[in-house]
Amino acid sequence: MSRYEKLFADLKAKNEGAFVPFMTIGDPTVEDSFKVLSALIDGGADALELGIPFSDPGADGPTIQESDRRALNSGANTVNCFEVIKKIRQKYPDTPIGLLMYVNLVFAPGIDTFFKLCADSGVDSVLIPDVPLQMIEMEPVWQEEAKKNGVDLVMLAPPNADDETLSKIAKNCHGYIYLLSRAGVTGVEKEAGKPISHIVKFLKENGAPPALLGFGISKPEHVKQAIADGADGAISGSALVKILAQHLDDTDAMYEALKQFVSEMKAATKR
Amino acid sequence: MSTETLLNPFFGEYGGMYVPQILVPALLQLEKAFVQYKDDPVFKAELNDLLYNYAGRPTPLTLCRNITKGTKTKIYLKREDLMHGGAHKTNQVLGQALLAKRMGKTRIIAETGAGQHGVATSIVCALFGLQCRIYMGAVDVKRQEPNVFRMRLMGAEVVPVTTGIATLKEACTEALRDWSGSFETTHYMLGTAAGPHPFPTIVKYFQKIIGEEAKQQFKGFENDKLPDIVVAAVGGGSNAIGMFTDFVKEESVRLVGVEPAGYGIETGKHGAPLGHGDKGIFFGARSYNMQDKYGQIHESHSISAGLDFPSVGPEHAYLKDSGRAEYNSVTDEEALNAFKELSLHEGIIPALESSHAVAWALKEARANPDKEQTILVNLSGRGDKDIFTVANILKERGEF
Repeated sequence: MSRYEKLFADLKAKNEGAFVPFMTIGDPTVEDSFKVLSALIDGGADALELGIPFSDPGADGPTIQESDRRALNSGANTVNCFEVIKKIRQKYPDTPIGLLMYVNLVFAPGIDTFFKLCADSGVDSVLIPDVPLQMIEMEPVWQEEAKKNGVDLVMLAPPNADDETLSKIAKNCHGYIYLLSRAGVTGVEKEAGKPISHIVKFLKENGAPPALLGFGISKPEHVKQAIADGADGAISGSALVKILAQHLDDTDAMYEALKQFVSEMKAATKR
Repeated sequence: MSTETLLNPFFGEYGGMYVPQILVPALLQLEKAFVQYKDDPVFKAELNDLLYNYAGRPTPLTLCRNITKGTKTKIYLKREDLMHGGAHKTNQVLGQALLAKRMGKTRIIAETGAGQHGVATSIVCALFGLQCRIYMGAVDVKRQEPNVFRMRLMGAEVVPVTTGIATLKEACTEALRDWSGSFETTHYMLGTAAGPHPFPTIVKYFQKIIGEEAKQQFKGFENDKLPDIVVAAVGGGSNAIGMFTDFVKEESVRLVGVEPAGYGIETGKHGAPLGHGDKGIFFGARSYNMQDKYGQIHESHSISAGLDFPSVGPEHAYLKDSGRAEYNSVTDEEALNAFKELSLHEGIIPALESSHAVAWALKEARANPDKEQTILVNLSGRGDKDIFTVANILKERGEF
């Protein structure tokens, strides 16, 4: 049983949804990152969704762009980010860890090398937002390398996709499915969009893994609503990164504020 | 709607459609419109009317009279600088605008480096009454001020992008961000033969008229012969692919793309991913990029804003690997000298982009003074937009 399978089974037994925070590894620095991520798990995060910072984060709004910039300026790179992941994995052996990666950071070192690094570091899933279904279908290498290394390839399910696309995504996606609440880039400037209950139902009927709703999740009521709409949990990124950015001069206060926010968001997952 | 593409999105191993899933329907819709209309007689008639009666096609082919003195080389210039808008960019924005109208889009966004594509986009938006927003790096807004004014005069909103090094790379990323939230009403009028499928294919289709015209004109001057060498500058690659496409099948013709070597390849401050980059996936496509071993995209440098880009269109990557085209580079300094020479001796002020192609042709001619050869250069744009940049450099050096 994978860590995700165990997590979702446990949550089901407790009648809870999952709360999954997103954070850029290396933000604000590679050194502080371990404590930031620990604070998220200590606050009650059910799993982590982590980004390795990229020079040109095209799917992200200003908040996460800044996060990537801070991390890169602090000297973060693929190698030392994986070192942080290894430390987290040692301290928290059961918490699922997902990576959200821009494609060039997976491709440039070699797709096989990258997924091997994931396996060696205890990463459970990889989501590459700029590799859509069409490329995954045309290039088997993405699934093959993930599978070979025991890593789940997570996919995005956008609200504008037609049934044929959604059913193919449902079948190709492993670990969990990242459901988008709306179009656009990341960031909390827009509230979550239309109800997603029909998409969740359709995905489940087509064999998709549990669905986590992301984009625009910045308050406990968003988490509550996502779960009421049938999602298995919610992912929040920019809201957390904003909290981190407000405490750059006092890291202890930063860890505390992040922990507090996660525990409030987690509390909203109880059905 | 099918989930698959109608056309092959790859050129060999390059190209593809590496964008978030949310943008895929917009790309497939564009591809469908392109396939549906490209051979449609009404569409073609409308496009040709615009190309010939609005934009100034056909552009002339000019034999250089003076700069080749002392050599046996004949240099012909394909005068895309005489296009309405000042560069070859107008060819393909007319095509994309007609597609956008047929798709029912009311708003256009575009990225621009030197501002030539921004100007071309502003032109068609004014003409067709489309709302227009141009993303331009804040550094480029400054160094290409005349073009910014032109765009605004024609009603475009120019948005300076301040992230990163604030040039074309950031403008491209910002345009994609806008599109991922606006694709229902908005067409992204991508300006070069790069980016995700179907853009490289569409842009090539609308730009290949450059090479087709030039070939016929050249044959008219040179007894039905073909040029020995065809040269074009390569930033994203649209003027080069437009010039090369009709010559690819002519095996006797040497195809040369010229990338910007900036301060010199050895300084790392250049914009030559084909000559000195690595394979990667950036801006929606697999191609050659300037990047580090982890895949972080490097900053490029060129005196020419239009060539200041760390990636390149995927078909050029394919032409390079297959050996059909070769890619060389010239420095800022060499381009500047070509800019001055063409102005002084031929009475033509070339764009700094095009000056790179001219510089390579002059080097080739002078390195082989006794060789009888013909070189066809794509003079992709005029240099009016660059006169202030060049004036500042020359003043600083006390040359002016």
